[in-house]
Amino acid sequence: MANQKASGQPPVLSISNLKTYFYTDLGVSRALNGVSFDVPYGKVMGLVGESGCGKSVTSLSIMRLVPKPGKIVSGQIIFNRCERVDGTFKVVESVNMTELDPLGPKVRSIRGRHMSMIFQEPMTSLNPSYTVGNQVAETIILHQKVSREEAMDRAIQIIARVGLPNPDQMIRRYPHELSGGMRQRAMVALALSCRPTVLFADEPTTALDVTTEAQILDLMRELQAEMGMTIVFITHNLGVVAQMCDSVGIMYLGRIVEMADVDSIFYNPKHPYTAALLRSIPHVGSRTKARLSPIRGVVPDPYSSISGCPFHPRCDSYIKGVCEAAVPAETDLGGGHTVRCFLYSDKGEVEDNGQQ
Amino acid sequence: MANSESNGHELLLQVRDLKKHFPIRGGLFKRVVGSVKAVDGISFDVRDGETLGLVGESGCGKTTAGRTILRLYDPTSGTVRFNDPDLGWVNLESMTRKELLPVRKNMQIIFQDPFSSLNPRMTVKRIIAEPLIVVEGGSADSHEDRVAELLRMVGMRPEYMSRYPHAFSGGQRQRLGIARALALNPKLVICDEPVSALDVSIQAQVLNLLEDLQSQLGLTYLFVAHDLSVVEHITDRVAVMYVGKIVELASTEELYYHPKHPYTEALMAAVPKPDPRRRDRPIRLPGEVASPSNPPSGCYFHPRCRYAKDVCKAEAPVFEEVEPNHWCACHFARELSLRGIVV
Repeated sequence: MANQKASGQPPVLSISNLKTYFYTDLGVSRALNGVSFDVPYGKVMGLVGESGCGKSVTSLSIMRLVPKPGKIVSGQIIFNRCERVDGTFKVVESVNMTELDPLGPKVRSIRGRHMSMIFQEPMTSLNPSYTVGNQVAETIILHQKVSREEAMDRAIQIIARVGLPNPDQMIRRYPHELSGGMRQRAMVALALSCRPTVLFADEPTTALDVTTEAQILDLMRELQAEMGMTIVFITHNLGVVAQMCDSVGIMYLGRIVEMADVDSIFYNPKHPYTAALLRSIPHVGSRTKARLSPIRGVVPDPYSSISGCPFHPRCDSYIKGVCEAAVPAETDLGGGHTVRCFLYSDKGEVEDNGQQ
Repeated sequence: MANSESNGHELLLQVRDLKKHFPIRGGLFKRVVGSVKAVDGISFDVRDGETLGLVGESGCGKTTAGRTILRLYDPTSGTVRFNDPDLGWVNLESMTRKELLPVRKNMQIIFQDPFSSLNPRMTVKRIIAEPLIVVEGGSADSHEDRVAELLRMVGMRPEYMSRYPHAFSGGQRQRLGIARALALNPKLVICDEPVSALDVSIQAQVLNLLEDLQSQLGLTYLFVAHDLSVVEHITDRVAVMYVGKIVELASTEELYYHPKHPYTEALMAAVPKPDPRRRDRPIRLPGEVASPSNPPSGCYFHPRCRYAKDVCKAEAPVFEEVEPNHWCACHFARELSLRGIVV
């Protein structure tokens, strides 16, 4: 919450104390357990963590797409919709996403228009029975008052912009006729067809080969600079984070445990989890064959309730009697660097036991 | 192609011109109308005790190569010779199932997906004892001591042997898969993407385990993977595959820092480096990986290669030793000066 106040501009997204729980037969899974962060305009923010840490649920919650039996139980999501006026960005509307009906017309006018999303697996997120052109044009027709012909023309333009060959013919192709990399380009075209303010990219390159991944990352960087978009980049690949993001939030079990600019995360990590994560990956080009330092234990299952700091059972800096007693509060270390760890502050938070 | 230069190392496996083509059937009578040349003439040696990496992008044939070597697929042509500790040199490609059984004791495989590779209806004891039962007979109970020993070896508690796979996390299941592969005390283990399905913090645990087991048991690994940082960490030598062929083979250090093939250079450039202060945007490969059912003429890589000349379209380059122990299939391998992983 305390980040990016310095820029003077309101953030495009301001999330405070967001809690999203899943009520299942096995118990309550607290997928998001008090997530707070701001996303500044025109920047790329990374959300990083291992499977089950809540990074995808964060983006789904913001777009109000949390599937049943999940529910946003508390917290606030403020979306400051902005437009470019005379070269500067201006907030034209401020929406509290949590107050909207997830199926209502307001949220549907935002999704796909002002906020959109690229998913990991393009084959399952494109409709196999419609042509690429149809799917891109559908979004344009839905959100902008244009004729079918004009929508198709715009679809051809955006398809050409994402680097798909022969856009005139490409609009008549079906998703199964395209390779993985081309499908992901089509997905990018679909997501960007209405020039959204915020783009959520949920592991957009995880399913791709390295040379294709590099092409897609280049494309996203170019389009981001061109359109002045804000990107929330969700990934577990620290290499991609280092190459793409301006700021990074490290997630562990439904909380952001550390948040800072990308250089501080890699060169001056404060949270023991961040540091351990960086130590555990083999660094390509390091010329060393030193043994890796894994993080001991496993990511706990989402239904378990760990008292205090959720990372304490795996932490090398665990302080007996402190870490399991309370959840560490967010500490501002200055310069937009925040961390939740008792090494930096004594302040704890009262625990929420998930009862509603 | 005789890269049998062994430098005093004992050889364990010799693969020569190995091909595996899958037929494409079509038309009224399901006639063969073409073939997918998944593995299209690869040759390499594996030395005793080393870790040889096999890297490449999806569809390049690296998994098929591993499985064809084990005779999980029957090769279309070529030879696979294995130096069996009990039987001496044997030719795997011509052996019958029955003849293969004693050899397979010494060649095992670890699969990528720890969820689909363990039978959910079997207990851990049964899963790990399975190879012992097949080769030595007996029942799961009669091999209980060995199963307990194997579980300890992979860092798990022997009490877990009566549980079912669903009770374990991805990393633990991969340990079970490793224990099963080691049950018969093999020489050669083919690791097919053993860590790519695991979370980053768990990958390091499994990689360390594989390294420990290798030094304890004198194992030889053929490590099939696409993650170049993992491969750099764990391998001694690396072979790079592109559309069914090996394009370059060298020691890991040599291949990563002094590549000779333009495809290797492009692969190295594409790896996202985990360092925000090195945001270089070097060479990008245009286009897509060629189709193994309809590869381009000449060098398969020429449509994407920035150094390609006319000869590359016309003639396929020979895979040859361009420097001692550095093999490459490129017409210009001796002339080009390429960039490695460090800029």
